[in-house]
Amino acid sequence: MAQTRAAAIANATGGQTPIRLAAHFDDADQQRAAATLGMWVFLTTETLFFGALFFAYTIARSAYPDAFAAASRHTSVILGTTNTAILLTSSLFMALAVRAAAMRAHRLAAAMLMVTAVLGLSFAGIKLTEYALEYREHLVPVVDFAFAPDLFRGAELFFWIYFTSTGLHLVHLLIGIALVSLFAWRAYRAEVVNLATKVEVVGLYWHFVDVVWIFLYPLLYLVARA
Amino acid sequence: MSTTLPLPDDASNGAAPRATSQSSYLDAGMTVRSWLTTHDHKRIAILYTLSITAFFFIGGVVATMMRIELATPDGDLVSAETYNKLFTMHGVVMVWFFLIPSIPATLGNFLVPLMIGARDLAFPRLNLASWYLYVAGGAFTIAALVLGGVDTGWTFYAPFSTLYSNTHVIYVLAGVFVVGFSSILTGLNFIVTIHKMRAPGLTWFRLPLFVWANYATAAILVLATPVLAMTLVLLAVERIAGIGIFDPALGGDPLLFQHLFWFYSHPAVYIMVLPAMGVVSEIVACFARNPIFGYRTMAYAIIAIAVVGFLVWGHHMFVSGQSTYAGVVFSMLSFLVAIPSAVKVFNWTATLWHGRITYAAPMLYALGFIGLFTVGGMTGLFLASLALDVQLTDTYFVVAHFHYIMVGGSVSAYLGGIHFWWPKITGRLYSDRWARFAAILLFVGFNFTFFPQYLLGIAGMPRRYHQYPPEFQTLNVLSSAGAVILALGYLLPLLYLGWSLFRGPRANANPWHATGLEWQTPSPPPQHNFASIPEVTEPPYAYRPDRLGREVVQAREGTR
Repeated sequence: MAQTRAAAIANATGGQTPIRLAAHFDDADQQRAAATLGMWVFLTTETLFFGALFFAYTIARSAYPDAFAAASRHTSVILGTTNTAILLTSSLFMALAVRAAAMRAHRLAAAMLMVTAVLGLSFAGIKLTEYALEYREHLVPVVDFAFAPDLFRGAELFFWIYFTSTGLHLVHLLIGIALVSLFAWRAYRAEVVNLATKVEVVGLYWHFVDVVWIFLYPLLYLVARA
Repeated sequence: MSTTLPLPDDASNGAAPRATSQSSYLDAGMTVRSWLTTHDHKRIAILYTLSITAFFFIGGVVATMMRIELATPDGDLVSAETYNKLFTMHGVVMVWFFLIPSIPATLGNFLVPLMIGARDLAFPRLNLASWYLYVAGGAFTIAALVLGGVDTGWTFYAPFSTLYSNTHVIYVLAGVFVVGFSSILTGLNFIVTIHKMRAPGLTWFRLPLFVWANYATAAILVLATPVLAMTLVLLAVERIAGIGIFDPALGGDPLLFQHLFWFYSHPAVYIMVLPAMGVVSEIVACFARNPIFGYRTMAYAIIAIAVVGFLVWGHHMFVSGQSTYAGVVFSMLSFLVAIPSAVKVFNWTATLWHGRITYAAPMLYALGFIGLFTVGGMTGLFLASLALDVQLTDTYFVVAHFHYIMVGGSVSAYLGGIHFWWPKITGRLYSDRWARFAAILLFVGFNFTFFPQYLLGIAGMPRRYHQYPPEFQTLNVLSSAGAVILALGYLLPLLYLGWSLFRGPRANANPWHATGLEWQTPSPPPQHNFASIPEVTEPPYAYRPDRLGREVVQAREGTR
């Protein structure tokens, strides 16, 4: 059933995308397995990279629980929650794009990827808006920071971690948007080889960026909002 | 000086060289451009070898200046400040630009695909990118050196590195950060390659131990290096912006830095020594003409060292003020690492037992490794003991201990590996007599340099000072004199291996009559490694001591 649907969609959207095998692989399965395992290993590295930051957060929060609670109340929980919803929805479309590419429906995959990229861009836009609001409220350490004197040090650390972690997350997201848009364009033009593997691999990356946010959201926005 | 080995090819040993009708990887293009844009793992290995050799001699020159300064009790050659910069540069260059990439990025890059019967690593372009990242990281570090150096020590302890040091810390942080991603990409490539690209019939327990060792190393590279990367980012921001979580004056915690730093830097020791153990396993089996004793326990020991190695970092912090209970746990875990390490030493020894041993140059380096690693490992137990460590922390005992592991151990194994696979890599033979001389010189020079430092450490001489009380002079002079012999041991291979590169007699596919897929393809290997992908039907190290032992004796006679 799924097979016939896949074929139907492939026909409806203009045939199949080609697969190119690099000289050092035996077959397409090996090539695909290597690419996906490569991304999983890379994501393991990324987990440890962000892990060090989360560890630093844990130490700082245990040293300054009150300041972290007070500082967290100054983040915009409405924009943060909206962004969480947007990013989770983008992951849904990413998953649909992976499925469409696996069925070799490259027009459909292109459309799903475009939606993913647009949602990613909305997230970035809202995040930058938040940064602007925080700047206006004197919450950017080093540049312009003001806070209650007794909680100053801890709050400064909180916002320093806030900007470092959400900034690094944003950089990862922008890289993801660039890749997703590139593949969307090339899938639309049917110029891309090994589309299914490429979309699957970029999909893993996208979901990872999503998962990082799922940890950042409660740690930064919900400290004292239980 | 030497002649071509007049050896019959032994088909039962799997050693039959194929007809060399295919062009070798070295003939694929002679231009600089062809080398700098290559995707061939073998050529990238050569690029790495040249670059790490350059950095090794930079680090060596710096070490030489330190040893000259320490020949007298007074600070007469360099100022205290310059001395601080010297030992910092020595540490940074030797750790990140020589030892970490040494065996994995050169021998590993060259041999892992050959040993598993693959045509290349899984991601050839990523492999080239990792070399360019190495070069970029090296450029930052050289920039720091040229601009005037760094005085923080290779450990970059905060808050000294963030608040007080007036040197070019940021350049070195950037260099180490970038070179870290070079390590990560190499590790990622190895893991995927070893999982997905093994030849038919090559099951996990038919893999050579060199491949096991590189696999475990790759896992450490991928898991530990990103933590260092983030730590360096936090350090750099703290230094530049004056806000952060390490400096107590800013509300931070300096112990947090030490925990994060050693979470990487202790496993980094195993990044340096595990591949060395892999090399030694290959060499010992070949020159004892015996299968490795307890092959499976050797493989498990590698994994055990890699895993437990992640849990012992706190033994660098016994005097830092961390909780005593943490100290006790870290102490016990550190003792635990000694068990798989000792398993390996015993198994190498047992491999020699009833073997037909020939003392060719690679074997001398390998035996040197076993002895020096054992001394380094045993003194590591002194340092893992809480009470004794309080006395020995930051003395020359520590310096001697880690040099026994990293220089006596890893560098010996690296040179042993270079000598063992030189005929495969270059297609040329070298003078075994000179090579054996260099190996002995290295062993003697090394012990003269570093054994006195154990005694200095026990006597209480602190590390990282350019002056010392006159009563320490005798042992320091001995150490500096030994360093001269050691330096000769390092320079000599440049000469005879350089000679071999241009004038050495041609090597056949398998001059040592060794087992392993890398010896089944011509020397130097063709561009895509194998004319047809081999099928593996037997366990590794299928040496048969009675018959083949004699042939290797002849092989060595032939090179005299």
